[in-house]
Amino acid sequence: MLGKTAGALYWMARYLERSENNARLIDAGFRIALTRSSTAAAEWRSVLVTAGQDYAFRQTQQDYHSQRVVDFMLRDPANPSSIMSVIKQARDNARTARTYLTREAWEAINTSWMTLGSLLKRQVREDDLPDVLAAIRQQSGLVRGAFAGTMLRNDGYNFSRLGTFLERADNTARILDVKYYLLLPSVAHIGTSIDNVQWETILRSVSAHRAYHWLYGTEISALKIAEFLILYKQMPRSLAFCCDKMNDNLGWLARTYGEETDAVRMGASICNDRLSRPIASIFDGGLHEFITDFLRANAALARQIERDYRFVD
Amino acid sequence: MLRGKGWGISFFDEMAGQTGEVRAPYRDYADWFGREDASRIQRKAQQAEAFFRTTGITFNVYGQDEADERLIPFDVVPRIISASEWRRLSRGIEQRVRALNAFLHDIYHRQEILRAGRVPTELISRNDAFLPMMMGMDPPGGIYTHISGTDIVRTGADEYYVLEDNARTPSGVSYMLENRETMLQMFPELFAKISVREVSDYPLNLLKSLAACAPPACNGTPTVAVLTPGIHNSAYFEHSFLADQMGAELVEGHDLRVVDGRVAMRTTQGYTPIDVLYRRVDDDFLDPLNFRPDSLLGVPGIWDVYRAGRITIANAPGTGIADDKALYSYMPDIIEFYTGEKALLPNVPTWRCSEPDQLKEVLDRLPELVVKEVHGSGGYGMLVGPAATKKDIAAFRAKLEANPRNYIAQPTLSLSTVPIFTKAGLAPRHVDLRPFVLMSPQGIRITPGGLTRVAMTKGSLVVNSSQGGGTKDTWVLED
Repeated sequence: MLGKTAGALYWMARYLERSENNARLIDAGFRIALTRSSTAAAEWRSVLVTAGQDYAFRQTQQDYHSQRVVDFMLRDPANPSSIMSVIKQARDNARTARTYLTREAWEAINTSWMTLGSLLKRQVREDDLPDVLAAIRQQSGLVRGAFAGTMLRNDGYNFSRLGTFLERADNTARILDVKYYLLLPSVAHIGTSIDNVQWETILRSVSAHRAYHWLYGTEISALKIAEFLILYKQMPRSLAFCCDKMNDNLGWLARTYGEETDAVRMGASICNDRLSRPIASIFDGGLHEFITDFLRANAALARQIERDYRFVD
Repeated sequence: MLRGKGWGISFFDEMAGQTGEVRAPYRDYADWFGREDASRIQRKAQQAEAFFRTTGITFNVYGQDEADERLIPFDVVPRIISASEWRRLSRGIEQRVRALNAFLHDIYHRQEILRAGRVPTELISRNDAFLPMMMGMDPPGGIYTHISGTDIVRTGADEYYVLEDNARTPSGVSYMLENRETMLQMFPELFAKISVREVSDYPLNLLKSLAACAPPACNGTPTVAVLTPGIHNSAYFEHSFLADQMGAELVEGHDLRVVDGRVAMRTTQGYTPIDVLYRRVDDDFLDPLNFRPDSLLGVPGIWDVYRAGRITIANAPGTGIADDKALYSYMPDIIEFYTGEKALLPNVPTWRCSEPDQLKEVLDRLPELVVKEVHGSGGYGMLVGPAATKKDIAAFRAKLEANPRNYIAQPTLSLSTVPIFTKAGLAPRHVDLRPFVLMSPQGIRITPGGLTRVAMTKGSLVVNSSQGGGTKDTWVLED
């Protein structure tokens, strides 16, 4: 297949995943802003930082007013990372790769773009926000379903999956990066009750607060949350899960193309060197350092994939 | 009821004919329609629009916001052509396309027709689409016009005219295919009742036809690719549609480069050579080294590969001279010169404004004529005299006097009408027809029917999609 087409499928998947992740981040931010108006500004700031949109936001805005942040992240055409911008880029990439998509897969993406375009035509009222965010997640699910149900399991499919998991790993790591201080045993926390609302925000932003409780019961601890988000392989948004999947896709390409690229080796090294140790050892080495290193390795892998599979000239 | 009148001209309706009695090819359809509930058809028509939108069969209008993707209106009433009408049309089209290809070969070789004085030399030398670099070149298989579209209008039960030839890059074939697909989904019962000739094999025939033109350097199964300017091009849907249907790669200039003397595409595993390039970019943009240096759409060096006979470019560079409307007026001579036969399908009588006495007549009769730019397309830059205001006519008169060579004029034809479905019932609208023609060393193949374009506005004669025209499914009946 064409390198450009592989790249378009990969980016299409990244953008789709990003729109879904950003919808979750907004949801979590919105919830905490409602219940704790005193810390709302700080929460919105951390949401923007996690989504990598804080700098752009501050170019035009003075303070972190709820309505402004939500509008900026949902539909501001000047924000290249707004959900509407991201969906448009996903669709443009899908058009570029149109010949590799089944009719169902293409129509799912195109319908998403049309549906969100009409939902986000005007500023979303606060009481409509939960519905709109649910619709965004739902659209993303429909696209995923059309892909899973109809696409040939060929190289194009593997490139799109690579994009999904690379983006998802990046997102989970960013959430940890922004909130890691909450997971550190600090002086302030000793003897005080753990900030449950903050924990919940982290878990909600990966849609896993229920799953966590199923797994660990009512006990909430920093170590367990970190373990859950970093190492737990049954949790579809954990770093270990994403890396496993990426290695499956890279391994498929290596076998089919008969060539073990640098990207294949780098993907394996993330799994083996970084994610194959107990959570206590990660804490010992410093959680912040671990996350920073992971984000760097993940980004380097992304660049290597683009090079090895000739996405651009 | 179906007969339309405007500007004192009466029109031939293909369903109602001259007498108002349903014409034979439409009889079965009319029976069906008479029994159908109008509200059901209305509902189907709305479904069709939703179907076109989700499928993404949209086009961008140049110069407008790219977010503004528009649908070409689709009308649910088919345009129906009988088997005998089609036989006559297709013979005429085949003759014309054969002559055009022979003409192009001659122009780029010995120029016999110019020497014989049958076509003025300046029509070639002044033609922007003429490519001196093609002189003496032999495109693989001797084919110039791999894909062409011959625009035809009808003015009476037995009167057809060729309105123009499109030998450069005719578009619209994806609409022909999707219109049929839509009709099959909406009204399957109609196709059980009425035997309509298939069009769905066009993409495979296109692939076979292109593969049959592979260059001598190709051994084995030829690799075919479609070259598009990219997703922002107004016809991108069609480019991706055809590539998809043929199972060919859809490439852009930046996917290609010359590797080891061949044009190759960048794949995830390195560069793979291409044998036949169905390009949907204009000649000027093909090769920044040999043509427009600022072009980002083409492939540096492709021209040298082409000259070396190591790639087929379809259509061949330089075929655009045949689309020139001044040259069009010589088509009857051109056909006679190369085939030794009279043209089976007549031209529309055409005044060449470059000739002083013809210009004078045109200026005198401006309010009743249609005036077109020689190199124009898409219905832009033309004057439809009877529909124009005094002010329009005065403005056009000035343009015409300033640069007469740039224009030709034709009588305002009483284009036939076919009914469209409106809330108030059937209503006649003017139509034209673009059949699609494939040519290879193995022969000429014309898909039965083609694309019917329809002016959706009452009385309008402009059928171009860029100006609010719509389309219809076109049926050629089995014998």
